[in-house]
Amino acid sequence: MIFWQLFIAFLEVGALAFGGGYAALPLIENVVVNQYRWLTLKEMTDVIALSQVTPGPIALNAATFVGTRVAGIPGAIVASTAAVLPQTVFLLFLGWFLFHGGRITWINRALRGLRPGVTGLIGVAAISMLLSSLFITRSPITIDWVAAVAFLLVFVLHFKKIDLFKLIMLGAGIGLMGGLVEHLAGF
Amino acid sequence: MTLWQFFFAIFKISSITFGGGYTIVPVIREEFVCKRGLLEDEEMYDLIALGQSAPGPIAVSTALLTGYKLKGRTGAILGVVAAILPPLIIISVLFYMYEAFASNFWVGAALRGMSGAISAVMLHAVYRMAKPCLCRHRIFSAALMTAAFLTSLLTSIHTGLIILALGITGILAFTFIPEDRIP
Repeated sequence: MIFWQLFIAFLEVGALAFGGGYAALPLIENVVVNQYRWLTLKEMTDVIALSQVTPGPIALNAATFVGTRVAGIPGAIVASTAAVLPQTVFLLFLGWFLFHGGRITWINRALRGLRPGVTGLIGVAAISMLLSSLFITRSPITIDWVAAVAFLLVFVLHFKKIDLFKLIMLGAGIGLMGGLVEHLAGF
Repeated sequence: MTLWQFFFAIFKISSITFGGGYTIVPVIREEFVCKRGLLEDEEMYDLIALGQSAPGPIAVSTALLTGYKLKGRTGAILGVVAAILPPLIIISVLFYMYEAFASNFWVGAALRGMSGAISAVMLHAVYRMAKPCLCRHRIFSAALMTAAFLTSLLTSIHTGLIILALGITGILAFTFIPEDRIP
């Protein structure tokens, strides 16, 4: 039963994540955090951050992480397979056609609606990740100042076209220094 | 190139390419175009463009189509398996470390900083993605972007349904309205 749920959940992520990169993020948040509650938003934010400093695409990393938590290594295998199944079937069926100069016009048309819309959806996911990382509790509002410093510094440094890996590692470094300060100050 | 050599080439690339999205593209190009000379640059760009017709991670589509081009259907399947194995192994190990150490003060502090950093990276990514969308059919794209943003923010409508609606809107608009009439 739990394997079937994992399979269906990540089949949906794999089938609808058009546009590459962060396109899977709103789907993962919806299925994993809101629908099945396999991860909290904070844990998902951790997984996305770790995803940037480990090999592999976000959708596969999330599938493996969630699969392992819910049903061990077999769960990870089921979830990862489900995540790549739609694109594998699609490209195997259409590969020959596509290689011979075929163009699937309806997909290009769909993408023209999907690209801007998915950007809007990722915007919402980015905002909810930002809120969950910056605020420890909502009432009374308590700001995680370590995350806030990391956010501001990385936001500014990102304009300088620094490698993503280094930016996330910088975040980890700021976190450790902040931890040291809290430790010494005896919070 | 034998099937095994192909499998290990993709496996290696997938193990050393950090982050998602297009990061794998230059690495695959380096291996198959520059080092081994099995594909022309032109063919490589075609593969990447074709991969975008499919949903799912770009890394997996590119590995599949490279395998298909070089070794047929068996190559395609092997490409997918080689692309998903490294993250499967690495992240499941990382999962157990996370469960063991996330409550540790120092690891927790590092994760707090990292989650602040990834939030900043995400905001930049949204801006970077929005810009090219708004170059052509500016009003159409801006309307869909705003509609999707507000629907997702304010209602509890399933994200999958919003995505399907977006795709259908794109198909209907560009099928029934002449392109130069879409604002």
